[in-house]
Amino acid sequence: MTMTTTGTSRRVVVTGMGATTPIGGDVRSSWEAALAGRSGARPITDDWIHEHELPVTFAAQAAVRADAVLERREVKRLDPSQQFAVIAAREAWADAGTPEVDPLRLASVVATGIGGIWTLMTAYDTLREKGARRVLPLTVPMLMANGPTASISLEFGARAGAHTPVSACASGAEALAYGFDLIRSGRADMVIAGGTEAAIHPLPIASFASMHALSRRNEDPARASRPFDTARDGFVLGEGAGIVVLEAEEHARARGARVHAELLAAGLSADAHHVAAPEPEGAGVARAIGDALRQAGLQPSDLTHVNAHATSTPVGDVAEDKGLRLALGDAVDGIAVSATKSMTGHLLGAAGAVESIFTMLALRDRMAPPTINVDDIDPEVSLDVVRKDPRPLPGQGRLIGLNNAFGFGGHNVSVVFASA
Amino acid sequence: MASEQEILSGLAEIVNEETGLPTDSVQADKSFTDDLDIDSLSMMTIVVNAEEKFGVRIPDEDVKNLRTVGDAVAYISQAQG
Repeated sequence: MTMTTTGTSRRVVVTGMGATTPIGGDVRSSWEAALAGRSGARPITDDWIHEHELPVTFAAQAAVRADAVLERREVKRLDPSQQFAVIAAREAWADAGTPEVDPLRLASVVATGIGGIWTLMTAYDTLREKGARRVLPLTVPMLMANGPTASISLEFGARAGAHTPVSACASGAEALAYGFDLIRSGRADMVIAGGTEAAIHPLPIASFASMHALSRRNEDPARASRPFDTARDGFVLGEGAGIVVLEAEEHARARGARVHAELLAAGLSADAHHVAAPEPEGAGVARAIGDALRQAGLQPSDLTHVNAHATSTPVGDVAEDKGLRLALGDAVDGIAVSATKSMTGHLLGAAGAVESIFTMLALRDRMAPPTINVDDIDPEVSLDVVRKDPRPLPGQGRLIGLNNAFGFGGHNVSVVFASA
Repeated sequence: MASEQEILSGLAEIVNEETGLPTDSVQADKSFTDDLDIDSLSMMTIVVNAEEKFGVRIPDEDVKNLRTVGDAVAYISQAQG
């Protein structure tokens, strides 16, 4: 089926979803765990945790190990970031009905914040210990940041393009934004889009800890990720992938596909303020949100749910609070805000994709997931945070929700969805 | 020193790990490229792993002469000699 409709009037729908996260090996189990308020944070038990006197000894590792799902040969040839992406993409593609598509109209856009760091560091160890001769020839395809999108392009025969936006922790949402543009501009009819990350490795832990970005609540991992809570002390490193199948609405309709949600718009901005710290008044955040709403022709009061970026850092959560109020005004008081990183930890380049999936599921089920560990909400936070239990979303008919994702470097991405 | 049979079965394990081909398909008369469909990157991975496993060195200029599995077994056997 070839469709060559072009122009910016095309509507974009989501017809497939896949994920592997610290709270579930697929979308269904991850969403059930999110609604149940289960934390994926645990002490790290791998041997390397004792080698470096790391100040942080816990993380939110994938609930289902990739090597329990993939064939041994795949595990050997793919970096863990690629393994997670392939697992999530297979689920998303099956969920989309394993469609027969024109390869020239199918693209992949799979992002990562950090890339194949396990491959890179392991190969460097080999180089130092055993010499150049022992460095395996697949090292480069495994460590490169575009490795995940390349693996997926190869597996599904996506020939319209294979892309990798890299914007730290905004990467996964930026991938959806880029996929949205590919369809709207007529370059593709379907896009396999999302983000992946596998950076629970001593070096990122030491580096994030060095900048005081990580929670040090080693004695109580499940309560460490506490967005908007007064006692928050940093994020919890997570891993996994979220992948969606984006599709031109007329293409989905022509093949009778089930539609999960409509992707209405994506707003992007840059702070140009500091390489790591967010702009404290949320001005860049507000511009991304405002841009997304304008594109979609929406008013702030049209929103019923926000899945916040809210990583549980002292500065970031407050800046997001201010940005939301700046963009939405008093309408923000009627919006149910959830921070699912309280359960999944921070999946870095996968976060925006996994949380976009959670946003769509919240709209579908008309139920906002809880934000766990908010025992004492920060008085500087004015948002209506969904705490402890999931909350039914009010309103009839189509529900509109927004997912925020921000990254070191000052990247802000806001993605807006409507229930099907 | 490993016997040629031991080298063959060790090599078959390496090929199996790299390609997923069953070990019993890795036989002396099989061509790496024509019969086993092994590309150059996979071949280099197999060579690196074989060097490690058998404690030998297989220079790049010799790799291109290893057309069949039997050629590799003979080369490794001689290099161990």
